[in-house]
Amino acid sequence: MANQQFKILIVAATLATLVLIVPHSGSFVVLLATRAMAFAILAMSVDLLLGFTGLSSMGQAAYFGVGAYLTAVLATKFHFGLGWDFWIVVILGILLGAALAALFGLFAIRAGGVYFLMITLALGQCVWGLAYRWNSLTGGDNGINMSGRPNFGLDLGNEVTFFYLVFAFFAVSMALMYVLVRSPFGQSLAGIRERELRMQILGYNTWLHKYIAFIIAGGFGGLAGVLWAQTNGHVSPETVVLTTSVDSLLMVVLGGSGTLVGAAIGTAIVFGLREYLSTLVPWWQYVLGGVYVLTILYLPMGLMGLLSGVRQRFGSQGKGEGLKKLATKPS
Amino acid sequence: MNTQFWVVQAFNGVSYGALLFLVGSGLSLIFGVMRIVNLSHGAYFLWGGYIALSIIAATGSWALSLPLAALAVALIGLVMERLFLRSEGFEFIRNAVIGLGLGLLAALAAVRGHFIGAGWVQFAVVTALVTMVFFFVFSRVSIIPIETDVLRQVLLTVGFAFLFQQGALDIWGGNNMDINPPSALTQSIVVGGTYLPLYRVFMIGMALTFGIVLWLVMEKTRMGAAVRATVDDAQMARGVGIDTNRISMFIFALGAFLAALGGVIGGAFLGIYPGLDFEILPLAFAVVIIGGMGSLGGAAIGALAVGLADNFGKALFPEVSYFTLYAPMVLILAIKPTGLFGRD
Repeated sequence: MANQQFKILIVAATLATLVLIVPHSGSFVVLLATRAMAFAILAMSVDLLLGFTGLSSMGQAAYFGVGAYLTAVLATKFHFGLGWDFWIVVILGILLGAALAALFGLFAIRAGGVYFLMITLALGQCVWGLAYRWNSLTGGDNGINMSGRPNFGLDLGNEVTFFYLVFAFFAVSMALMYVLVRSPFGQSLAGIRERELRMQILGYNTWLHKYIAFIIAGGFGGLAGVLWAQTNGHVSPETVVLTTSVDSLLMVVLGGSGTLVGAAIGTAIVFGLREYLSTLVPWWQYVLGGVYVLTILYLPMGLMGLLSGVRQRFGSQGKGEGLKKLATKPS
Repeated sequence: MNTQFWVVQAFNGVSYGALLFLVGSGLSLIFGVMRIVNLSHGAYFLWGGYIALSIIAATGSWALSLPLAALAVALIGLVMERLFLRSEGFEFIRNAVIGLGLGLLAALAAVRGHFIGAGWVQFAVVTALVTMVFFFVFSRVSIIPIETDVLRQVLLTVGFAFLFQQGALDIWGGNNMDINPPSALTQSIVVGGTYLPLYRVFMIGMALTFGIVLWLVMEKTRMGAAVRATVDDAQMARGVGIDTNRISMFIFALGAFLAALGGVIGGAFLGIYPGLDFEILPLAFAVVIIGGMGSLGGAAIGALAVGLADNFGKALFPEVSYFTLYAPMVLILAIKPTGLFGRD
């Protein structure tokens, strides 16, 4: 357990360093970090499903999208969520994401393996279709432009203030998910990931466990969406497209699934590459495609898996658990 | 909304379904035979259209562009399948290709960062050096096969879809382009007082032709029987001496061929533009999912259903048109996860 406390300490120290350094960097870095942290909440919610429950969801952008659209629609159509009621929007976003996941989960959880992938893809496309076509509500292809961020004594229009807020949400989300996966409930999820049949024989209602995990992930997705909408000030169907879901999956695998921290690292790398390179060179997408290909072929356990592999090789205390299992459950 | 409206919409739906059949049937066969969820299928569609544009620009012949573009993309698919999806025996070339890709990127980055000049000699030297380093590293890494891991297949093919997307952007630019079929096909015929564009009739004809040929090959030939056996149980098929490796190669190339053919044909009324690949991909998946993965007849039914749902959805309920397309798909999946005609 000392090992575990040491890991927590490293993560806490890294986060503290981030929160100390980033605000004093340029505005580009602040914005980049804010965006990445909002998205990292989504990536960690994907990891909750993929890494800890063994469900590869291709529709996680749906919950992200409803959170974002909820924020934008409330702000522009009802002028709601521009002051202290921002916090109500946050709660509504989480509830809406969870409620949507509760609905979608009824269809999806029954299926396994590739069929789960397909059905979540279809569910994600349902939400995308509404965002793209429901002009009167979502603004269609153009999306919704929001005017400014909430101000409740604390002016979120200030990029640095807003960074602190998103950072707080990010850190709290990570801590909550960490507590969740270490809890008995989280342990039973890991059991389902490893061997669902055995868990059923042991008397666990595996459907219900997966369903609850799905709903929790949806809630975090909704939260990420609310923050994302506020970060960009603009919501469009691009938020809900298939590639958003796929990106979040890659981030998890790149960082190392089943680690939470890996999801955050993966998000940071992909965002860093994409946002920084796209300002420099027109061919940045080769790099992104290359990262996909290299990760999948040569780094299936992700960077965290690489790390534990190195630790194992050089005989430290680490047991290299990551190396013993595949990045994802073979189906 | 008179009869005319219904007839025209139904006709448009069926002809769109014909196009989707070409894209979806390949995707379905690939999944059935190889159990690979291929997300670069939309890229094959896009590249088919773009290559056809280049061939038309070079030769002026639309009829020539149809088979040539499809064959070219089939070749691309073949190489991708051999090097990255089923790479036993080709690890050497795969590592070399990836190393070369990284070498080129590194050289490009070096030029951009002014570490080296723009001369081609320096460029080649940097490329060669980086390529060799990565080749050496990759040769030391053993790879966990991706055959059994759906998620890794998905992400790998998405990576290639991004590479293809950027490649198309660099080669053909970002403008909206149109494929112009010969004037003989751009007229309309009149059936019972309704004008039907001849080109859409041609699309239906093409889909029918390919559908029937594929069906005959699958049902009546030895090769087709081997493919069906592989779809049903690949391990057993191998056991009775079917070369499933060769079949998977053949089917992947065939799927790419059909998708590219769809791209050339569809390019005439959809246009060819960046982003089309990821627009057509979910529709192709809808076809496959509704029909059942690996079933040709299912793909036909699925394509028809998606084509009609898309057209009537857009005409009748424009605000929820994509929802009316994907929601039934969810319902079908929830009731029968393998699709209407799929077998587990």
